[in-house]
Amino acid sequence: MALARYRAAMSLWPLLGIAVLVIGFAAGVNPLIAIVAAALTTGIAAGLSPLHLIAALGKAYDDSRYVSIIWLILPVIGLLEREGLQERARMLIARVRAATVGRVLIAYLALRQITVAVGLTSLCGQAQTVRPLIAPMAEAAAEVSIGPLSAPTRYVIRAYAASADNVGAFFGEDIFIAVSSILLIKGFLQQSGFDIAPLRLSLWAIPTALTAFAIHGFRLLRLDARLKRLAAEKSS
Amino acid sequence: MEQVYWLAGAMFAGFAVRSVGDRANRKRFGNTAFWGLLAVSFLFGSELGDLANGILVLALTALGATAMGLGSPKTTTVAEREATARTQGNAVLTPALLIPIVAIAGTLTLGKVRIEGMPLADPKQVTLIALALGIVIALVVAMLRFRPPALAPVEEGRRLSDAIGWAIILPQLLASLGAVFAISGVGGAVGRIATTWLPLGHPFAAVVAYCVGMALFTMVMGNAFAAFPVMTAAIGLPLIVHRFGGDPAIMGSVGMLAGYCGTLVTPMAANYNIVPAALLELPDRNGVIRVQIPTAIPLLLCNIVLMFILVFRF
Repeated sequence: MALARYRAAMSLWPLLGIAVLVIGFAAGVNPLIAIVAAALTTGIAAGLSPLHLIAALGKAYDDSRYVSIIWLILPVIGLLEREGLQERARMLIARVRAATVGRVLIAYLALRQITVAVGLTSLCGQAQTVRPLIAPMAEAAAEVSIGPLSAPTRYVIRAYAASADNVGAFFGEDIFIAVSSILLIKGFLQQSGFDIAPLRLSLWAIPTALTAFAIHGFRLLRLDARLKRLAAEKSS
Repeated sequence: MEQVYWLAGAMFAGFAVRSVGDRANRKRFGNTAFWGLLAVSFLFGSELGDLANGILVLALTALGATAMGLGSPKTTTVAEREATARTQGNAVLTPALLIPIVAIAGTLTLGKVRIEGMPLADPKQVTLIALALGIVIALVVAMLRFRPPALAPVEEGRRLSDAIGWAIILPQLLASLGAVFAISGVGGAVGRIATTWLPLGHPFAAVVAYCVGMALFTMVMGNAFAAFPVMTAAIGLPLIVHRFGGDPAIMGSVGMLAGYCGTLVTPMAANYNIVPAALLELPDRNGVIRVQIPTAIPLLLCNIVLMFILVFRF
């Protein structure tokens, strides 16, 4: 192990795994295969024995089971969908005359950024809110303003719904002082001899948060214009 | 936490059992094996040795990549759903809202509850435990309110999990890859390349290299947390802070967010980019990334400018 560590520290060969990963993704190989191949390549290049490597992979996988806890939500969301959750979300939004895809998603982007900024990270999410509520609402808003949607249009609207969640979550969370990324920055800088209050780190996350809202919000408004143009072309 | 894993194990075992008899799915045995192994991982993962867990990962990968199909569980039609949505009103929203409410209340309280001096929940994992609790409560409320068939949660859960398919283990597998990369010294190698090959004599060049490096390395690792220590040790601290006198707090804060621009555009950040594409049933698994690229690039440029303006001034 000591020899492996030494060789790993000195050599660039472990980067082969990254090449395997990039080529695998680019060639459209199933991502699971690409990831396992990358892990095996990198580990062997770093001088680990195959059995050690598989055991290390198994331990890491077992230790990160908590990542998959969110899937417990599937039976509940499925059950509520069976009882008309998506349809209800559509009905609610269809009543709001002023609703457009862009406005619905900007409102969600703002809600996501603000709730995350005060520490309510798990209030919203792709499984909790986007699939059951936000995506159907955005689609309903589009139907109200431009009429029936083609399948590709529907997919684009859904993708934008997911993007609003991601942008809101990423560029809001660092404003909250107790989030893990702030603690990581603080911890790392502390080891390097800089004692910095988490509040200062949070404060300096605000300019980027506002910029992110402006850029993505602008793009969501442009989406409205794009959808309208598409609808006009279709009807003429 | 172990109890939450048992719950997840029971759920996946349910999916496995219900998949066996699903004759509409030509690959039903593949689905059964995949969900079954996942159940094993959650129920017995802590007792299995590392090597056994490793073999389990390889088996899940092989099954997930080749042997899974779409089941056809019993569910309601769109017309039936619209009818219940109309008659039941907003009652269907209640359980969906209960989940985050319980999750937040639980996060705030569970860590403090002690029984005979032992904390009821591990404070580090209290958010996940509270989330699981919220889900269970919401499920019970929904079952009492709507009185669906007893197997409906399993069937409806299977409907969604079959739609997500192999992508369900992608986030967890990527986390494992990160661990293997770490013990193999990938981070150090990237840092050495960055410092030896880049011309970094000017403060602006250092800021560009640091921010772009954060974004690129995050794209490779799928996670800005992995990129931050490497890039900060290689470029951020020695150049921006020590040589050019920049402020470490601003560098760290904006640098991390530059990394997040990379998260927006990489399939490696599976739970943000690939899993939602599966959840929303998009035919293109990179569909979410495609709409995020035009936000990520200008935002990264803005981060570079912001850091350059602010970091040497405060």
